[in-house]
Amino acid sequence: MANTADRVSTRGRRRSGASSLAWSILSFLVVAAITFLGLITVTFFIGRVIPIDPVLAIVGDRAPASVVAAARKQYGFDLPLWDQYLLYLTKALKGDFGNSVLSTYPVMDDIRRVLPATLELATVGTIIGLLLGIPLGVLAAVKRDSLIDQIVRVIGLVGYSVPIFWLGLMGLLVFYARLGWVEGPGRIGVAYEYSFTPITGLFLVDAILQGDWDVFRDVFRHIILPGALLGYFSMAYISRMTRSFMLNELSQEYIVAARAKGLSETRVIWGHALRNAAVPLVTVIALSYATLLEGSVLTETVFAWPGIGSYLYNSLQNADMNAVLGGTIVIGALFIALNLLSDLLYRVLDPRTRT
Amino acid sequence: MSALLTVEDLRVAFHTRTGTVDAVRGVSFELGRERLGIVGESGSGKSQTGRAIMGLTPPHAEVTARKLDFDGIDLTNISARARRDLRGDRIAMILQDPKYSLDPVMTIGRQIVESIQAHEKIGKSEASKRALAMLESVQIRDPARVYDLYPHEVSGGMGQRAMIAMMLIANPQLLIADEPTSALDVTVQLDVLRILDQLVTERGMGLIFISHDLRLVSSFCDRVIVMYAGRIVEQLKASELNQAQHPYTRGLLDCMPRLGAADRHPLPTLDRKPEWAL
Ligand SMILES: Nc1ncnc2c1ncn2[C@@H]1O[C@H](COP(=O)(O)OP(=O)(O)O)[C@@H](O)[C@H]1O
Ligand SMILES: [Mg+2]
Repeated sequence: MANTADRVSTRGRRRSGASSLAWSILSFLVVAAITFLGLITVTFFIGRVIPIDPVLAIVGDRAPASVVAAARKQYGFDLPLWDQYLLYLTKALKGDFGNSVLSTYPVMDDIRRVLPATLELATVGTIIGLLLGIPLGVLAAVKRDSLIDQIVRVIGLVGYSVPIFWLGLMGLLVFYARLGWVEGPGRIGVAYEYSFTPITGLFLVDAILQGDWDVFRDVFRHIILPGALLGYFSMAYISRMTRSFMLNELSQEYIVAARAKGLSETRVIWGHALRNAAVPLVTVIALSYATLLEGSVLTETVFAWPGIGSYLYNSLQNADMNAVLGGTIVIGALFIALNLLSDLLYRVLDPRTRT
Repeated sequence: MSALLTVEDLRVAFHTRTGTVDAVRGVSFELGRERLGIVGESGSGKSQTGRAIMGLTPPHAEVTARKLDFDGIDLTNISARARRDLRGDRIAMILQDPKYSLDPVMTIGRQIVESIQAHEKIGKSEASKRALAMLESVQIRDPARVYDLYPHEVSGGMGQRAMIAMMLIANPQLLIADEPTSALDVTVQLDVLRILDQLVTERGMGLIFISHDLRLVSSFCDRVIVMYAGRIVEQLKASELNQAQHPYTRGLLDCMPRLGAADRHPLPTLDRKPEWAL
């Protein structure tokens, strides 16, 4: 970032660097597209091999035979498997996964409603994990074997060994039931639930956009406990990895050189060592974010959080196949995008990958 | 004339899990505005001697000295802050391999600018102007281009010139060059030495030139210290090299440093990374 000011000359070289970046983006997009296609294909066959008749699932198993036959034709289930696949593929690419049996709405509409809830929670968790985990990891590496290093070790240990639902229930018991510092289950209080119209679906962002500070406070009090919980696990992972990356960087020769120049320790540690450690950290952060998304089923159950985790769980329980397959594809696409993003950031942060 | 640097009974010991390694065991010498060479095989304590003077000994090592004096400043009894102010400004160090000693994610120009800004309140454009001039004085033909390059984009010779630029930009009085050409191709070694030679002469710096190559050191320096297993075994004028007494020096002279006594010295310890084992 600070480098841009210094880039006065050598436009030509930069351009060739940019085109190699464009090339690597392109090749990654191709891989992403193939992965996505594979995902759709797999879900299609899963949808066909499970012993649930998709037509019966739609019309109900007490519908008269004529209705069943009509539905079979309407949804294309009378076509050959290959044509069905093509139909499924073109629809999926347009984001059309059919209707949910449970909600009766198009699956995509449901996902549009529940996905932001999950994303908002995972994002809050990751931000907390980053803001605490990176400084903690840096300090633990710099002051190796000190008290702070031990604390980071214990945090990591607890993060590994304590189940998330237990911590969640304990958190609710203490901070909601006993102390009343935070709100209980759900994303938003009943007082606001119907008057509040979301824009992006990320309630914190929406409240700020609308300048509605009462809603913001309420949403914040809802999200802070599950967010802090996820943040704890993210922090445990990020701090441990930051520590290990920092120890590696601090033992490098360029750190000796930086000190030999007379730089302050602050600059050596945060400006050189952490800047280098940031390269592998990007992957770790993306992984941590993905883990929070993955772990959303448990958290969302404990906190009655209306996200995609509980949506998928409910759909699965009720054999709502369109919803399950659609949700799976969307989550898969999200993971692919996350991968792409972290790969890009990696290239931005490490000049060695650009030439 | 009082000495620029006085070292008396310098000791560096590493306390490791497997016991204490005495890397430097009572080294004493004086240095004026002259060129002192330190030779010895790998592991003989040359680098640790240099780093102790810089104040860059690893934290788990213990440094003691009866006297460690730089230009009237008692380095054994000086705050970390004051020590840091000396580094890069009045005492500088060139490391062995630019591939590892330059920050891989920062442009060469910025690394030089950073070096200036560590010691001077100076505007960004002024600093980068000076960095460009410095790149020119280490005989980089296209300084504006090299300024914007990352270390991996330049050759070893170019990288080492950038390193010299970075370390000499504040005009130090003492330069410690720790095997500055050992990692370079033979063809560029001479170029880099010539540049170093010229700058040291022009600026009247004191130089400690560390190398394992006795012949190179003797052609480059006024005086030579021969180290073995953490001690000085012989000190002589470069011109009187042929009169060396010590068998170890004679061994080095015969370009056979690895025969004879060479297998007795303590081996360098492995770089352990316990954090990966977690
Ligand atoms: N970080 C360290 N930990 C333990 N021992 C070290 C460390 N660095 C150097 N040593 C020891 O100090 C001795 C001298 O090392 P050094 O000064 O680097 O030798 P050289 O003459 O090759 O520059 C070596 O034998 C090595 O075992
Ligand atoms: Mg050495």
